[in-house]
Amino acid sequence: MNREELARRVLELVTGIAPDVDAASVIPGIDFRDQFDFDSMDTLNLAIALHRELGVEVPEADYGQLASVDKCVAYLGPRLP
Amino acid sequence: MRSEFRLPALGADMDEGTLLEWHVAPGACVKRGDVVAVVETDKGAIDVEIFLDGVVSEIVVAPGTKVPVGAVLALLETEGEATAAAPAGERQAAPAPVAPPAGQGRVDVAPVAAAAEGLKIPAAPSHQAREPDVPVGAPGAVGAPGMRDAIAAAMSKSKREIPHYYLSTTVDVTPATDWLAEHNASVPVTQRLLFAALLLKAVALACRGMKGFSGFYRDGRYEQGPAVHVGVAVALRGGGLVAPAIMDTADKPLVALMDDFRALVTRARAGRLRASELAAPTIILTSLGDASVDAVFPIIQPPQVAIVGAGAVVERPWVVDGKVVPRQVLTLSLGADHRVTDGRLGAQFLARITALLADPRSL
Repeated sequence: MNREELARRVLELVTGIAPDVDAASVIPGIDFRDQFDFDSMDTLNLAIALHRELGVEVPEADYGQLASVDKCVAYLGPRLP
Repeated sequence: MRSEFRLPALGADMDEGTLLEWHVAPGACVKRGDVVAVVETDKGAIDVEIFLDGVVSEIVVAPGTKVPVGAVLALLETEGEATAAAPAGERQAAPAPVAPPAGQGRVDVAPVAAAAEGLKIPAAPSHQAREPDVPVGAPGAVGAPGMRDAIAAAMSKSKREIPHYYLSTTVDVTPATDWLAEHNASVPVTQRLLFAALLLKAVALACRGMKGFSGFYRDGRYEQGPAVHVGVAVALRGGGLVAPAIMDTADKPLVALMDDFRALVTRARAGRLRASELAAPTIILTSLGDASVDAVFPIIQPPQVAIVGAGAVVERPWVVDGKVVPRQVLTLSLGADHRVTDGRLGAQFLARITALLADPRSL
């Protein structure tokens, strides 16, 4: 999966968790929390979705690295199975 | 016998809804707890369950119709004697809900009637004057206008009628956060817990065996809730909030409680709550931990009599055994009803929650 594909997958998962968020309006470099009130429940749901959909188990200590699309791509890229 | 299926009360701040769709047609067999209709409310689309077993004989209200709480939506044929229950809104003079003897076929609306007394239920069509006047969401207020109106009405009623007292205590929750980190590192991601799940369980357990915090104030007297259903305040993206219940909170193991909590938040934000969940809370927990505030001064949602608030868990210098050390601390608060309890009992209630959090294995 290249960078663009991975970014698109992450965006799909995030908007699946927050269906009221317009995918086209999400800015990759800005934290989800600052764009649309992403909270700890959403982050946990994202970790579960990443495990289910991409096969990456993100330890709780690394949740901070899932804060934006760009951060997710940087974190997940080398960890994809 | 013929029984009436009425629009149940959907929490303290909602008195009407628009029937969106039926999941049943005349002739359908229904069982207590089945979702039979979807009703659009200020809190999104609500799945409405039925509270009796029987066969649908007639659909009274067509999709697209706006109806008040208590309106007859459908007629059913049920077994037993004809003792159709009064709708939620006509219970003012009725005694406390008592489970009917088995086989009597009574329409049991008790679970949802529980919150009904806090509602303004139009006794006549809506041209009747609303009294007392409730303020409505101001222009420019945050969130959907209908929901803002509903919150404004419930909170205004609360501040007008409930003599609140407030207590707070700052608690060293390091044992709980350590236990949580260890748990979350040792289980699959689907079984990880949020700190709020520990809080929910601690509040629920603290309510057990303690009178005056988990229940309802109606008709000038306090009624202890029959079970502990902790409502959790869920902020909606774009503004507004709802506080649906996690049913029988104290009885659930933490992982099961977390599953219910996660599903409830997802459905609350998708606007698909069940009517029973909105009306059931006997007490509410509002956690603003994600908002990075130290403390919440929570407002009771009538007809409940207490609400527990939690701020963010933060690292602070703390004195342990005469030494200043960094610890994870949390400020818990309580808003409670002075018609029911006093500060001394409130302090005991908070102390119970504190003790439970200090021993996370007890949760």
